[in-house]
Amino acid sequence: MAFEARESIFWELVERTGAFAGFVAEFFRRFWRPPYEWKELINQMDEAGSRSFILIAVTGLAIGVVLSMQSRGTLIRFGAESVLPSLLALSVIKEMGPVFTSIMLAGRLGAGMGAELGSMRVTEQIDALEVAALKPFNYLVVTRVLACMIMFPVMTIFTDVIALAGGFVDSAINLNMDYRIYIDTALSSLRFSDILVDTGKTVIFGFIVGMVSCFLGYTVKGGTRQVGQAAMQAVVFSSLLVLLADVIVVRISMLLFS
Amino acid sequence: MKPEASIQTGVLHPPPEDVLIDIRDLHKSFGDRKVLQGVNLQVRRGTSAVVLGGSGTGKSVLIKHIVKLLTPDKGEVWVLGKRADLLEGDELDRLRLSIGYLFQSGALFDSMTVYENMDFILERHTTLSRQEREARIMEMLRWVRLEHTVHQYPAELSGGQRKRVALARAIILEPQIMLYDEPTTGLDPISVRTVSYLIRRLQRERGVTSIAITHDLLCAKIITDEAHFLYGGKLVASGTLDEVRHSSHPAVREFFGEDLNSLI
Repeated sequence: MAFEARESIFWELVERTGAFAGFVAEFFRRFWRPPYEWKELINQMDEAGSRSFILIAVTGLAIGVVLSMQSRGTLIRFGAESVLPSLLALSVIKEMGPVFTSIMLAGRLGAGMGAELGSMRVTEQIDALEVAALKPFNYLVVTRVLACMIMFPVMTIFTDVIALAGGFVDSAINLNMDYRIYIDTALSSLRFSDILVDTGKTVIFGFIVGMVSCFLGYTVKGGTRQVGQAAMQAVVFSSLLVLLADVIVVRISMLLFS
Repeated sequence: MKPEASIQTGVLHPPPEDVLIDIRDLHKSFGDRKVLQGVNLQVRRGTSAVVLGGSGTGKSVLIKHIVKLLTPDKGEVWVLGKRADLLEGDELDRLRLSIGYLFQSGALFDSMTVYENMDFILERHTTLSRQEREARIMEMLRWVRLEHTVHQYPAELSGGQRKRVALARAIILEPQIMLYDEPTTGLDPISVRTVSYLIRRLQRERGVTSIAITHDLLCAKIITDEAHFLYGGKLVASGTLDEVRHSSHPAVREFFGEDLNSLI
């Protein structure tokens, strides 16, 4: 009995993975073909961007201040407090900014997309778009995934800037650090490839969050309970996949740029 | 052989011109559950067919094949002289634009106002100017007597109003065929009559051919030209509503229970 249950879960997982691969292939087949839903793309960019700004600002500020507070004591013990801006810049821009931004956006946008598309599915609104020849995949999925791919890097830059500003405030108050020294030291430790690759990888994270959340919402079967599950799974799976993708991207970038 | 080639070479046999919908030996299963097991149904131009049956007998599954929301496991679905089950891409879109579909829940886009719900379709499928689109929308809303709801959101409408707005949206492109999925389910008797008479008017005034699936006898009484009873995956009785009502099939007898006239 237990074996049969495990086997059933295994085949369901295989089936869902196959369906997800098909969904991703459908995205690449359709995103460059008309109809181009520019208005909806801008709406979704607004949702991912300006309406997420406060969340991202608070996240960035917390990262910068906490990282500065945590590192300061250790660096002072070794007489190396002057490297604090470099440490903050490297930590924030290479890892904390992109990953924290993507995880926070996965929580906010993933749940929203999963629930919205899921409820549209169970109330037959997606079928209504389909029978009116309105290409719901282009209207609902392509726009949301592209909006995530465009806005994740933009929001990551916001997070980076706000986090470094937060780190500066803490350093200025506690170490009397001049802002020119702070900026100069922070920037001197960075290479252009760091900024490009580590911010650029959030395009992949945005793709993952958009794709996973849209897939789970778009393919919901059942009722309100399943819509709730889709929203929850969208957050869980997209966050986990972002972390997994981060490991892979960092490994590849180290091979290419180190 | 490709489906298009089959149609062009005449290997398949389209129905006569006056038959707009011809479903032949339709089979559909979901997993082990056989929902449709050889349904045959013809609907002639300008007539209103009603498919009756209990809940969960596959009525919605049947009409979803007509717009290819589902594809059959076996059988043929001819709509307006074309094999709907074989069409893809632009050809399928063109066929779908000739068909209006009223969903059970109305399926209005809840993030849009009534006006936006209708304009969304017109803007994408016509070359009408903004003023012309607005005139068409208001004409449709006047037809269902809901012009005052134009700027309201679906959540602000009653169940009956939602169905009427959904009906107005479904006919905004002036389809040749209308499909009604439980058009009166969940409505009070007054709304049932209002929606049913609108469906009847649509057929009489605009010559729209339709299939409605319902288990609402009052609605069926008002809109039916030809009735069919779906049971066990097959149509077990067909004819006028009266003929179907007097069928000797046990499932039909159980469904009608008491005298229909006593309900009206």
